[in-house]
This record gives sequence, structure tokens and C-alpha cells, in this order.
Amino acid sequence: MVGGYAGKILRVNLTEQTISTEDINLKWAEDFIGGRGYGERLLFDEIDPRIDPLSEENKLIIATGPLGSTTAPSSGRVMVITKGALNGTMACSNSGGHFAGELKRAGYDMIVIEGKAEKPVYLWIYKGQVQIRDASKLWGKNTKETDKLLKRFTHPEASTLQIGPAAEKLSLISNITFDGRRMAGRTGIGAVMGSKNLKGVAVKGHLSIRVADKERFAKAVYQARDILSKDAFSGKGGAKYGTAVLVNVINKAGGLPTRNAHDAYFDNAASISGERLTKDHLIKAEACDSCSIACGRVTQITSGKYANNKGVGPEYETIWAFGAACGVDDLDAIVMANYLCNEYGLDTISAGATVACAMDLFEAGYIPKSDIGFDLRFGDADAMVEAVKLMCEQNTDFGRLLAKGSYRLAEHYGHLEFSMSVKKQEFPAYDPRAIKGIGLEYATSNRGACHVRGYTIGAEVLGGLDKSSYEGKAKLTKKLQDLTAALDSSGICLFTTFGLKAKEIAELFAAATGFDCDKDEFVKKGERIWNLERIFNIKAGFSADDDRLPERMEKEPIKSGPSKGEVANVSEMLSEYYSLRGWDKNGIPTDKKLKELGLEGLL
Amino acid sequence: MKVLMVDIDKCTGCRACEYACSFAHDGEFNPLNSRIHISEFLDDFVFVPTYCTQCDEAYCMDVCPTKALTRSQSGVVELDYDKCIGCKQCVIACPWGNIKLSSDAKRVIKCDLCGGEPECVRVCHAGALEFVDVEDAVLGKQIRAAANIKRSAVAGV
Repeated sequence: MVGGYAGKILRVNLTEQTISTEDINLKWAEDFIGGRGYGERLLFDEIDPRIDPLSEENKLIIATGPLGSTTAPSSGRVMVITKGALNGTMACSNSGGHFAGELKRAGYDMIVIEGKAEKPVYLWIYKGQVQIRDASKLWGKNTKETDKLLKRFTHPEASTLQIGPAAEKLSLISNITFDGRRMAGRTGIGAVMGSKNLKGVAVKGHLSIRVADKERFAKAVYQARDILSKDAFSGKGGAKYGTAVLVNVINKAGGLPTRNAHDAYFDNAASISGERLTKDHLIKAEACDSCSIACGRVTQITSGKYANNKGVGPEYETIWAFGAACGVDDLDAIVMANYLCNEYGLDTISAGATVACAMDLFEAGYIPKSDIGFDLRFGDADAMVEAVKLMCEQNTDFGRLLAKGSYRLAEHYGHLEFSMSVKKQEFPAYDPRAIKGIGLEYATSNRGACHVRGYTIGAEVLGGLDKSSYEGKAKLTKKLQDLTAALDSSGICLFTTFGLKAKEIAELFAAATGFDCDKDEFVKKGERIWNLERIFNIKAGFSADDDRLPERMEKEPIKSGPSKGEVANVSEMLSEYYSLRGWDKNGIPTDKKLKELGLEGLL
Repeated sequence: MKVLMVDIDKCTGCRACEYACSFAHDGEFNPLNSRIHISEFLDDFVFVPTYCTQCDEAYCMDVCPTKALTRSQSGVVELDYDKCIGCKQCVIACPWGNIKLSSDAKRVIKCDLCGGEPECVRVCHAGALEFVDVEDAVLGKQIRAAANIKRSAVAGV
């Protein structure tokens, strides 16, 4: 018996107002695992890679993995697959929470959303019934209110996903929020949902999820949980400090991009650190489905002009984006900017990095003050929050421009070199000049600059590798990208890799599904997924020319701190990376590689 | 004698206990069939686990017409499925909602403390659930409360 999967795919066409179900394709399940991999295989099959991401032809796939809705550690991941609005790549953003489990127990491994509704709608999925309901009372509401109302309109214990006003107005950096508090942030997936006039989905499960081998699965689960409980982050540190514990760690390594990456060391990092957040803002740690790490932050602002606001986060990346990247050292302002983005539904990495880009352009004299309405300088916490408000509300020309992300902003003012992005997506909180491998990861990530496609930081900063050396980084990046592609598809969280290796994850997958799979086979599935994404992007018009960092990374050495003087030269690693991938010098997978992966005929 | 204790402040809302409970009893994952339930109160981000506390004066046991519910030597109110006629009077009688119907409505289900090694406790990394000797059950709370008093005393308040 094949276990782990719910077994069905729900298909909703919003143009035709039709609903249908189909069995999952077990060959695809075995080859692409589920979630990210399976969803992408399906999207690849069903859309033309050249379409406009905001057109009716694009599809939005909400997918779970075979380890979801079980005791497998941190198995609450849900993935959203679509052609991303920010950059037109094969986009997959994922979120934690409890939605994945409810969807699976409602009987569906994934939902495929097609077409476009005439008027705003939401979906309600319960006990085999799927309703497309009028969402006129929800349109315009923020994510928190929408979650509350969806639960009121459907079931108090339903799980929900929703977009905020930012995505309704098609912001290219808008996200999708789950249960009002967790976000699939990147690549502008919210705008795709907004373009379909879909405000939200509510789902309540009633069925059971079975695994192929109960005893083997229980053993694998407790082995994995035991390993995780012994790691410093996944054992205790994650719950105590959250991801923000990295602020001091990465700054001390001289790798915290500062003032739109004019530097990589922030003098005031201690005042925006995870330790500070825990002391001044944290109310409690909150966890996703079956997660022992509990890195989620429930926080409040207790004093100052933003007092009495309460919410979730910020994460490390968010603190960096509104903090160091903008030269801001006021943690209350950072937490407030984070709350605003959460409520309006904006990706905090892209939002903060875009404000940083705007500050940079303003200080260089390229944005006139009259366009903004106020001085927007590095280090000005009030101006940072005001800029975030403009971006959230999109009721001015400049606000609408900010909501398109840094690439369009810099393009508008004629200085693309001010956008710290790859494939139009802003890069996150690790400086590629200081930490070489992450530069290759940013350059080659299939959804644009990203740290969670191959988190080299584990080995380069927290582990034993020399972060300043290019040696071995191509191999490391490829290995992590392949493993992560498989892991994302299984439904467990990237943070489990603080303790677990491919062996333990493959064992969880094999025990749950019954598919024969060891660690090498598991990583091979990841490689297959990675190549499928690459093929999609090639067909969408991307090429090796897009595998590069902004020129500032190569031309402007880091000014201060432990990595002073360093630059990033991705080309040092890129040809080796292509070769290790079995791609030609133009970054195109060879016939031999495609055949080896069973992807022949797809390019 | 041991009892199941909960520390609401420590619960992170991960619901692993619900999954583990249903898997331990039925071999499949379904929180609706879990004997322990996590209620979320999102306005305050409070998660409250509720479960059968094996009442001394157990209404479920009193109301059972076939004596399917009996107290074991270790103090657990146990359900004998051979005697249960599915009348559901126990479900109605329990003031807490901690004895319930399975999601397929075919069985009454109730916490049996997994025969002395509760799975919910085993899987709870946050330490919100503990299975402790009855004399130690509130010791942690007492010490924490005392520590607060001590802090005040030292501060001279």
C-alpha cells in the first residue's frame, strides 16, 4: 500500500465555476515526492511557461507533502506553486502552520486553482463538499481580520489561507498568509491569487492519514525527534530566540548586508538582535504542526509610539530587511513595519530591501523628495515605517511603485544597479561578498535570489567551511539545493536539517509512503525537481545571463567589519557548478543528464 | 499513582499530541480521534490542551448502563468495548467533552493513559504535558510561585 498521501487532487476552475477531483499520479508521486516537486510537475504539464503570470492562464497550486498530517517532525509545511508574479520563474513559496494537515484530512494532497472569478470569492472545503462563495464582505480586509471572518463563516476550527489588500492590488511582492499568521512570502504569489479574485480558502479535515509501515514510521519519527532535540537551535535555541538569533551571529561574521549592501557590518546590530527581541517583545514561542522547534514568535510592542501593537514575528530576515538594510536600529519600528506587512500581506524581505533601495536612490539624488513626500534617509526609523505604509496602502504613485519591488523601482529611476536582486527578486540577509557560497545560491536559485533553496550558511558560518573561499562551494550549493528540493516536497521544514541528514529524511519518506528510497535516491529526486524548475525557466526565457549577482557585489568591496575589502565573484564558481549539474556552459541541462533523471523530452 | 499534568504556558500549539494519540490508538493520524484536544485562542495566542482527568466521581462511569466503564487499580477509568452498547450516555454526562465519539461515529473513545506510557507526553518536546507522580504534580507550579514571592522579598517589596 502507498501511504502518506491523501490520494486526490482537487481542481477548481474559477472562470467556469466548476469543481472536480482526480486521483494522484503515483508515478509522479514516487518521482517528484509531493508538494513542491509534484506541484511543479503538474504546473509544468498544464501551463505554457511564457504566459503572463497575472493572466487567467496561470494556475495556483496549493500542495502538501506525504509527511504532512503526521508526527514527523515539523511536518506542517504547505507549498504554493505558480508562475511567480515578481519574476515569471517557476515559483514555489512555502509556509508552516496547520493548513497542510487540514487539507490532507479533507481528502486532498493539493488544490489546483484555475481561471479567474468574476467577483471576489473564497473556497470552503469540508466533508467532500467544495463551495465557491461570495467574498465581497472580505475584500479589502487585512489578513488577520480575513482569517477571523473565514473561521466565523465556516467552522471555528477550520484552517485558512488568505491574501491581504496588497495582493488584491496586485503588488508584485505580496504574499499568501495562512491562518492569519504564517506566510508563504516570496516571488509574488499573492498577486497571482489576487489576479484570480480569490480572497481565501477555508478547509476542515475529517479523514485519517495512514502510513505504509506503522512500526517503521514510528521508529523513524522518534529517532528524528531525538536527533533534533540534541541540536542547539532545534533543541532549545529556536524556541528561545527564534531565527533572530542569527542577527548577532551573521553580523559578527561580517556578513550582514547593511544600508542596501554598501556595507556588510552593522554597528548597532546588538540593539536589533534576537536576544533583544526575546527580552523586549517576545510573549511566547509558537509552533507549526508537529514541530518541536517552535521558532514562531508571538510578540508585542510595550512602549514608545507603536505601543500596544501585537502580532507575530519578526523573523531574522525581517529584522535585517527593515533594520540593517535600511540602517535602522530601532527594534520597535522594525517590529511595527513587520506587523504592517503581515496585515497587508507583503513579503517582508522584498519590502524591507525595497525601502533600502529607495533610501539609497534618494540619498544618491535619483529620487526627488516630491515623489516621496518626505526625506527617506538610511537610519531614519520613522521614514522607514512611513515608506512601508505607502507600500502597503498603494494609494500614491510612489507607494504603488514601491509595491512592485526594488527592481521596478530602480528601473523606474534609471539605476538598476541599486536593486540588490537576482532575477528581479531581492536577496535576503546574508552578504555574498563575505559568504561566497550563498552568492552562488542567490545566482542560481530557480526562483530568484533566495537563501532557502540551498542554505549554505549552515556549513559556511555555523559549520567548518571557510566562508571566504570559493573552493568546494559549487559542490556544497548543488548538494544542498537538491536535498532541499526533495525536503520541501516531502512536507517537512528546512529547519529539520539543523539535525537531520538525507538518511533520516529518506527513511521517514520511505516508511510513510512505502516507496523504496534510500538517501541517494531521495537526493536524486531533488535533483530531478531542480532540473525540472530549470527547464521551465529556460522555456520561460531565462538564461545563464540571469545567473548573476548585482554588480555592486563584484565592484564595491565591503567597507568595514571582519569581511572588510571582500567582493563576490560568482563566475569563479559558476562553470564548476554547471559542470557538476551536468549542464553545458550555457547552463542548459545536457541530454545525458535529462535521460538520467527521466526528464527526456521536456526541454 | 501518576497523573497527566499540563502547563498551558509551555504549550506551543504544535498539536503533535493529537497526532500521536490518534496514531497510538488507531494506527492512523486524525486529530478528531485524539483523546487530547488543543483549543486555540488566537486573539491571545493561548493554546489549551484538554483531556480526561480520570475524575474521582466519574459521571461517565456512573451513567454507564452496562458497566463498560470501570476504574482500574491504577485509577484509570477504562472502557471495555465488549460491554459498550454505544448508547453515548457517557459522552453526554462528561461535563468536559473529554469522552467522545470517533469521527466515523462508530465508537466511544476515551483516554486510557496508553497503559501507563502516554504517547502525548512522549511526543511533547515543549514539556507542556507531563506524566508525574501525584505528589509531584503541582510541585513545579509551587516552586515557580515561590520564586516570584522570593523575588519580591529580595527586592524588598
